[in-house]
Amino acid sequence: MFTDAQILFQIAGIGIIVALIHTILKQMGKEEIAQFATLIGFIIVLVIVINGLSDLFNQIKSVFLF
Amino acid sequence: MDILQVVLLGVVASILYLILKDTNSSFAFFIILITGIIIFFAIIQQILIIFELIQNLGRNANIDGLYMETILKIIGIAYIAELGANLTKEAGLSAVAKNIELAGKVFIILLAVPIITAVVEAILNFLPSV
Repeated sequence: MFTDAQILFQIAGIGIIVALIHTILKQMGKEEIAQFATLIGFIIVLVIVINGLSDLFNQIKSVFLF
Repeated sequence: MDILQVVLLGVVASILYLILKDTNSSFAFFIILITGIIIFFAIIQQILIIFELIQNLGRNANIDGLYMETILKIIGIAYIAELGANLTKEAGLSAVAKNIELAGKVFIILLAVPIITAVVEAILNFLPSV
Protein backbone atom coordinates (compact mmCIF):
# COMPACT_ATOMS: atom_id res chain seq x y z
CA MET A 1 0.00 0.00 0.00
CA PHE A 2 2.70 2.47 0.99
CA THR A 3 4.97 1.47 -1.88
CA ASP A 4 2.00 2.02 -4.15
CA ALA A 5 1.41 5.48 -2.71
CA GLN A 6 5.01 6.27 -3.58
CA ILE A 7 4.14 5.96 -7.28
CA LEU A 8 1.58 8.74 -6.81
CA PHE A 9 4.19 11.13 -5.42
CA GLN A 10 6.63 10.05 -8.08
CA ILE A 11 4.23 11.01 -10.83
CA ALA A 12 3.34 14.29 -9.18
CA GLY A 13 7.03 15.10 -8.72
CA ILE A 14 7.87 14.29 -12.31
CA GLY A 15 4.96 16.45 -13.42
CA ILE A 16 6.07 19.44 -11.36
CA ILE A 17 9.71 19.13 -12.45
CA VAL A 18 8.74 18.79 -16.10
CA ALA A 19 6.52 21.84 -15.84
CA LEU A 20 9.47 23.72 -14.29
CA ILE A 21 11.87 22.63 -17.03
CA HIS A 22 9.31 23.56 -19.64
CA THR A 23 8.89 27.05 -18.21
CA ILE A 24 12.64 27.67 -17.90
CA LEU A 25 13.41 26.47 -21.41
CA LYS A 26 10.57 28.56 -22.74
CA GLN A 27 11.96 31.64 -20.98
CA MET A 28 15.33 30.94 -22.58
CA GLY A 29 13.63 30.93 -25.94
CA LYS A 30 14.18 27.27 -26.74
CA GLU A 31 10.62 26.31 -27.53
CA GLU A 32 11.39 23.04 -29.33
CA ILE A 33 13.62 21.65 -26.58
CA ALA A 34 10.90 22.53 -24.06
CA GLN A 35 8.39 20.53 -26.07
CA PHE A 36 10.80 17.59 -26.19
CA ALA A 37 11.31 17.72 -22.42
CA THR A 38 7.57 17.62 -21.86
CA LEU A 39 7.24 14.72 -24.27
CA ILE A 40 9.98 12.70 -22.55
CA GLY A 41 8.43 13.31 -19.14
CA PHE A 42 5.08 12.23 -20.51
CA ILE A 43 6.55 8.99 -21.86
CA ILE A 44 8.25 8.18 -18.54
CA VAL A 45 5.01 8.65 -16.63
CA LEU A 46 3.15 6.70 -19.31
CA VAL A 47 5.45 3.68 -18.78
CA ILE A 48 4.84 3.76 -15.02
CA VAL A 49 1.09 4.06 -15.43
CA ILE A 50 0.88 1.35 -18.11
CA ASN A 51 2.71 -1.05 -15.80
CA GLY A 52 0.20 -0.35 -13.05
CA LEU A 53 -2.69 -0.71 -15.47
CA SER A 54 -1.49 -4.10 -16.72
CA ASP A 55 -1.12 -5.28 -13.10
CA LEU A 56 -4.69 -4.13 -12.45
CA PHE A 57 -6.10 -5.95 -15.47
CA ASN A 58 -4.21 -9.15 -14.65
CA GLN A 59 -5.53 -9.00 -11.10
CA ILE A 60 -9.09 -8.46 -12.34
CA LYS A 61 -8.70 -11.37 -14.75
CA SER A 62 -7.54 -13.72 -12.02
CA VAL A 63 -10.13 -12.65 -9.46
CA PHE A 64 -13.17 -12.50 -11.71
CA LEU A 65 -12.45 -15.91 -13.31
CA PHE A 66 -11.90 -14.82 -16.89
CA MET B 1 -7.69 0.51 9.27
CA ASP B 2 -7.51 0.21 5.53
CA ILE B 3 -10.39 2.58 4.99
CA LEU B 4 -8.42 5.45 6.55
CA GLN B 5 -5.54 4.76 4.18
CA VAL B 6 -7.84 4.76 1.17
CA VAL B 7 -9.54 8.00 2.17
CA LEU B 8 -6.27 9.76 2.92
CA LEU B 9 -4.87 8.53 -0.38
CA GLY B 10 -7.85 10.04 -2.16
CA VAL B 11 -7.38 13.37 -0.39
CA VAL B 12 -3.66 13.48 -1.17
CA ALA B 13 -4.32 12.54 -4.78
CA SER B 14 -6.87 15.32 -5.15
CA ILE B 15 -4.43 17.85 -3.71
CA LEU B 16 -1.73 16.73 -6.15
CA TYR B 17 -4.31 16.87 -8.93
CA LEU B 18 -5.19 20.47 -8.06
CA ILE B 19 -1.50 21.41 -8.06
CA LEU B 20 -0.79 19.81 -11.43
CA LYS B 21 -4.05 20.66 -13.19
CA ASP B 22 -3.03 24.12 -14.39
CA THR B 23 0.54 23.37 -15.42
CA ASN B 24 0.26 19.84 -16.80
CA SER B 25 -3.20 18.47 -17.33
CA SER B 26 -2.00 15.16 -18.82
CA PHE B 27 0.02 14.36 -15.72
CA ALA B 28 -2.99 15.23 -13.60
CA PHE B 29 -4.97 12.65 -15.55
CA PHE B 30 -2.30 10.03 -14.87
CA ILE B 31 -2.59 10.82 -11.18
CA ILE B 32 -6.30 10.08 -11.29
CA LEU B 33 -5.62 6.83 -13.13
CA ILE B 34 -2.94 5.60 -10.73
CA THR B 35 -5.11 6.51 -7.73
CA GLY B 36 -7.89 4.29 -9.05
CA ILE B 37 -5.43 1.45 -9.55
CA ILE B 38 -3.99 1.76 -6.01
CA ILE B 39 -7.44 1.85 -4.41
CA PHE B 40 -8.47 -1.20 -6.39
CA PHE B 41 -5.40 -3.10 -5.22
CA ALA B 42 -6.34 -2.20 -1.67
CA ILE B 43 -9.77 -3.81 -2.03
CA ILE B 44 -9.02 -6.79 -4.28
CA GLN B 45 -7.90 -9.07 -1.44
CA GLN B 46 -11.15 -8.43 0.40
CA ILE B 47 -13.12 -9.06 -2.79
CA LEU B 48 -11.34 -12.40 -3.10
CA ILE B 49 -12.52 -13.41 0.40
CA ILE B 50 -16.10 -12.39 -0.39
CA PHE B 51 -16.04 -14.37 -3.63
CA GLU B 52 -14.81 -17.47 -1.84
CA LEU B 53 -17.73 -17.06 0.56
CA ILE B 54 -20.18 -16.73 -2.32
CA GLN B 55 -18.76 -19.77 -4.06
CA ASN B 56 -18.92 -21.84 -0.88
CA LEU B 57 -22.55 -20.85 -0.36
CA GLY B 58 -23.35 -21.77 -3.96
CA ARG B 59 -21.62 -25.13 -3.62
CA ASN B 60 -23.54 -25.91 -0.45
CA ALA B 61 -26.80 -24.96 -2.18
CA ASN B 62 -25.92 -27.25 -5.13
CA ILE B 63 -26.03 -24.44 -7.68
CA ASP B 64 -24.51 -25.21 -11.06
CA GLY B 65 -20.94 -23.93 -11.20
CA LEU B 66 -21.60 -22.34 -14.58
CA TYR B 67 -24.08 -19.92 -13.08
CA MET B 68 -21.78 -18.77 -10.29
CA GLU B 69 -18.95 -18.28 -12.75
CA THR B 70 -21.20 -16.23 -15.02
CA ILE B 71 -22.25 -14.00 -12.14
CA LEU B 72 -18.65 -13.36 -11.11
CA LYS B 73 -17.70 -12.57 -14.69
CA ILE B 74 -20.61 -10.15 -14.95
CA ILE B 75 -19.45 -8.36 -11.80
CA GLY B 76 -15.96 -8.11 -13.28
CA ILE B 77 -17.23 -6.69 -16.54
CA ALA B 78 -19.39 -4.18 -14.69
CA TYR B 79 -16.41 -3.05 -12.62
CA ILE B 80 -14.05 -2.66 -15.59
CA ALA B 81 -16.67 -0.83 -17.64
CA GLU B 82 -17.39 1.51 -14.73
CA LEU B 83 -13.67 2.24 -14.30
CA GLY B 84 -13.15 3.02 -17.97
CA ALA B 85 -16.31 5.09 -18.21
CA ASN B 86 -15.40 7.15 -15.16
CA LEU B 87 -11.87 7.75 -16.40
CA THR B 88 -12.96 8.85 -19.86
CA LYS B 89 -15.67 11.06 -18.37
CA GLU B 90 -13.05 12.64 -16.13
CA ALA B 91 -10.90 13.36 -19.18
CA GLY B 92 -13.85 15.18 -20.74
CA LEU B 93 -14.97 12.52 -23.21
CA SER B 94 -18.47 11.80 -22.03
CA ALA B 95 -19.50 10.42 -25.44
CA VAL B 96 -16.80 7.74 -25.25
CA ALA B 97 -17.84 7.05 -21.66
CA LYS B 98 -21.43 6.40 -22.79
CA ASN B 99 -20.15 4.06 -25.48
CA ILE B 100 -18.06 2.14 -22.95
CA GLU B 101 -21.10 1.75 -20.72
CA LEU B 102 -23.12 0.50 -23.68
CA ALA B 103 -20.41 -2.02 -24.53
CA GLY B 104 -20.42 -3.23 -20.93
CA LYS B 105 -24.18 -3.77 -21.02
CA VAL B 106 -23.96 -5.65 -24.32
CA PHE B 107 -21.23 -7.96 -23.04
CA ILE B 108 -23.15 -8.61 -19.84
CA ILE B 109 -26.23 -9.67 -21.83
CA LEU B 110 -23.97 -11.80 -24.04
CA LEU B 111 -22.65 -13.61 -20.97
CA ALA B 112 -26.16 -14.07 -19.62
CA VAL B 113 -27.40 -15.75 -22.81
CA PRO B 114 -26.98 -19.35 -21.50
CA ILE B 115 -28.89 -18.47 -18.33
CA ILE B 116 -31.70 -16.79 -20.26
CA THR B 117 -31.95 -19.80 -22.56
CA ALA B 118 -32.10 -22.13 -19.56
CA VAL B 119 -34.92 -20.06 -18.06
CA VAL B 120 -36.87 -20.04 -21.32
CA GLU B 121 -36.43 -23.79 -21.70
CA ALA B 122 -37.61 -24.39 -18.15
CA ILE B 123 -40.73 -22.29 -18.79
CA LEU B 124 -41.39 -24.16 -22.04
CA ASN B 125 -41.15 -27.48 -20.15
CA PHE B 126 -43.92 -26.35 -17.83
CA LEU B 127 -46.21 -25.52 -20.73
CA PRO B 128 -48.23 -28.39 -22.17
CA SER B 129 -47.12 -29.23 -25.70
CA VAL B 130 -49.42 -27.72 -28.27
